[in-house]
Amino acid sequence: MNLLKGRSARAAAGFAAAAVVLFAVAPLMLSDFRLGLLAKYLCTAMVAVGICLAWGRGGLLTLGQGVFFGLGGYAMAMHLKIADAGPGNLPDFMQLYGTATELPWWWQPFANPLFAIAATVLLPMTVAALLGLFIFRRRVKGAYFAILSQALAAAFAIWLIGQQATTGGTNGLTDIQGFFGYSLDDPVNQRMVYFVIAAVLLLLIALARQLIQSRYGELLVAVRDSEERVRFLGYDPANVKLVAYVVAAGMAGLAGALFVPAVGIISPALIGIVPSIEFVIGAAVGGRASLAGAVLGAVAVAWAKTTLSEEFPAAWTYFQGLLFIVALAFLPGGLASLAVYVRRRGAPKAPEQKAPVVPVGEAA
Amino acid sequence: MTVILGQTFTGISIGAVLLLIALGLSLTFGQMNVINMAHGEFIMAGAYTTYVLQKSISSAGMSLLLALPIAFLVSGALGALLEWVLIRRLYLRPLDTLLVTWGVSLMLQQLARDIFGAPNVQTRAPDWLTGNITVIGGDDPLTFANSRLFILSLAVAAVVALSLTLRLTPLGRRVRAVVQNRDLAEVSGISTSRVDRTAFFIGSGLAGVAGVALTLVGPIGPTMGTNIIIDAFLVIVVGGIGQLKGTVIVAFVLGALQSVLEYSTTVSVAKVLVLVAIVAFLQWRPQGLYTLRTRSLV
Amino acid sequence: MSELSGLEIRQLRVSFDGFTAVDGVDLDVRPGDLRFLIGPNGAGKTTLVDAVTGLVRATGSVRFGEEELLGRSVHRIARSGIGRTFQTATVFEELTVLQNLDIAAGAGRSMWTMLRRRKDVPEPVAEALETVGLTELADSLAGTLAHGQKQWLEIGMLLVQDVRLLLLDEPVAGMSHDERQATGELLQRISEERTVVVIEHDMDFMRSFARSVSVLHAGKVLSEGTVAEVQADPKVQEVYLGHAANASAAEDVSDTAVVQEA
Repeated sequence: MNLLKGRSARAAAGFAAAAVVLFAVAPLMLSDFRLGLLAKYLCTAMVAVGICLAWGRGGLLTLGQGVFFGLGGYAMAMHLKIADAGPGNLPDFMQLYGTATELPWWWQPFANPLFAIAATVLLPMTVAALLGLFIFRRRVKGAYFAILSQALAAAFAIWLIGQQATTGGTNGLTDIQGFFGYSLDDPVNQRMVYFVIAAVLLLLIALARQLIQSRYGELLVAVRDSEERVRFLGYDPANVKLVAYVVAAGMAGLAGALFVPAVGIISPALIGIVPSIEFVIGAAVGGRASLAGAVLGAVAVAWAKTTLSEEFPAAWTYFQGLLFIVALAFLPGGLASLAVYVRRRGAPKAPEQKAPVVPVGEAA
Repeated sequence: MTVILGQTFTGISIGAVLLLIALGLSLTFGQMNVINMAHGEFIMAGAYTTYVLQKSISSAGMSLLLALPIAFLVSGALGALLEWVLIRRLYLRPLDTLLVTWGVSLMLQQLARDIFGAPNVQTRAPDWLTGNITVIGGDDPLTFANSRLFILSLAVAAVVALSLTLRLTPLGRRVRAVVQNRDLAEVSGISTSRVDRTAFFIGSGLAGVAGVALTLVGPIGPTMGTNIIIDAFLVIVVGGIGQLKGTVIVAFVLGALQSVLEYSTTVSVAKVLVLVAIVAFLQWRPQGLYTLRTRSLV
Repeated sequence: MSELSGLEIRQLRVSFDGFTAVDGVDLDVRPGDLRFLIGPNGAGKTTLVDAVTGLVRATGSVRFGEEELLGRSVHRIARSGIGRTFQTATVFEELTVLQNLDIAAGAGRSMWTMLRRRKDVPEPVAEALETVGLTELADSLAGTLAHGQKQWLEIGMLLVQDVRLLLLDEPVAGMSHDERQATGELLQRISEERTVVVIEHDMDFMRSFARSVSVLHAGKVLSEGTVAEVQADPKVQEVYLGHAANASAAEDVSDTAVVQEA
């Protein structure tokens, strides 16, 4: 019980520290440009929170989070493009490519800001629920699930590219000017977007922590480790997995939606197979089962990518490949497992325990 | 009508390429329960082998024929190396293996970019593969491209060779024994690690052969493997593991389905429809078309 | 405690791709019985349990109390009060003993309860910890338990599930003599309030603790009765002797010795 209290205290301290860094230190220390980049990394971290839940805790290796990120992103971008164009006008790219004289029917509801905001979360969650229902109920799991989720990412990106006239094709939806009436060119408004993103990230971390610490979180780990056994206890593991998958999808959708005002673009190249798997690597490097690990790992990898890939694109690709190999082959608990190891060494009174492959107790 | 037939034939030849790739995958997946994401880069290695050979030997026909065994050896050696260095250390961790091999695939792609440059390159097809065979003449002719017929026969030859190897040779018996019960095979005196490596060599080698075939229908580039590998994985998912016939049937059906759907809708819509069809199929047969039934808890 | 029910199996048949593993089994287990299922390897014992718990498809009829079980999904059968263990202990290795039991206790919990943290130790969980003797180890990871302790944890999980029928697949395999004794006494205590069926190869263990025995052979029930009755049955002796004459597995040889002795 003491252990539990200590853990809660540590989590609260970590949470407070994160809030101070995000809301005070970073805005004071970083230039507008750097802060904008940080906003982008934090969006990646939101996806990682979901991956931590679904993969780290639930064992669902989802290689298609880009799809949900994209659904959220496109839902938001569609609204912003309509708003940018002004009433009665078509978004710029439609005038360019399209022969249409009015908005396609499936664009029209997105003119309503409330609908669009709700859709950024509900659309990905609905798609995940439908897909998950069909896949989990029939006990398609493990590598099969990973492959299907990856195929989904591929199909979604290819579909978007094919619909040039209504989705902007390969270019995607670009050059977004305003965010609910605020001009995104104004650095003050860019900061506001950053603060929104930071707040949402903290909220999602708190939500995920609650889920992980709850009885549901324990059950999810049980399903990950022995699905059949859970079934014999009278639960339907399909539902347990479905919840984690749907929540992760909603988080990715929200991340995509906030990515759009932060960066000003959403395109198939940001959501296909490669970005989908890049979402996973951040969580893997930091520690898939640890919220703090996954979030920090995601930010670190996104930062490394921006910094290294601009100057040394070739070296970055080799480095990224190595990251996958080292993190997964030799450090499957991620950097978080090193932290656990150090802490155990520091506390010699703790009872001798066989180190688990994935640290279950370390939530945040 | 002939259009549909022609489209189906094109689809079947796409299926033949898928089959060549999926044969190797099903061998490694069935054998070690390992998803090898770098399999796509072994295809790429086979394709670049053809390219290099054609650079050194000017005869297109000669270099193509030479490329078949050499690409098999090159990709096979890469596969055996990968198995030896990484995969055998990740036994019983299939999802981690998937991501690790993805890292390997990234590095191999970059290696290809550094050696051959980022832009796609092309090989010349030999004269005897450039023409068409007219199946139905007249106003509405049905023709089959020679190159696609060549690929089809290559795939058929590979299936026959592989199934004969599995059925008749001592190696094949060992492979089947390990697939069915690894522990029992081990205690019966089979060196499972050697069988694993050999299976990886053959499976990866087949990817190299697929790479040679792909040079006849498209350009060669660092990311050529990534684009086709997912379809090949889907063949495995739908076909089931442990038996070749599932792989064979599903490769051709998926190829033909994709091709016909592309013709009646668009490439992008066809992709989505094929995926929907696959998820629907799994409702009926979640373990794939053919599967080994066991009593294990997993 | 809900009232005791019995298990009634009629013409149960299971086949895998042409091989019939269970071939028309009729079996009655009285409410509150401690029934042992014995028989040579391949007799269909585990498959029988698989069929009852919905893991494999079967034809015929399996009734527990008033309810027909065949055709229901695994988790629905579990919710009708039927629990089982496996030959190799399967507990959730990366959760603590307490968490393992809490999950087992919770299949009927509401969404709201599930989404909140566990604040204290639920009463049935504390009782089960006491019954299987793992109270001291409540906060240890299940993966660190000794083999015998894992088996007890599994039995504890069935108890908090409040199952009325326990199906145990070789619960004492690999246990020391003292552990066997403790497990046997545990099973006797449990069977005062629940119906227990045990698959077992250990004949000493069976003779010490069984209330009744069924012998399975080649997918059929060969003999049934008390320990003494079954051991005296010439058909049983023939099967075991014939089996041993073929010099098969070592464990069957020891089984035979016990039967001959009778």
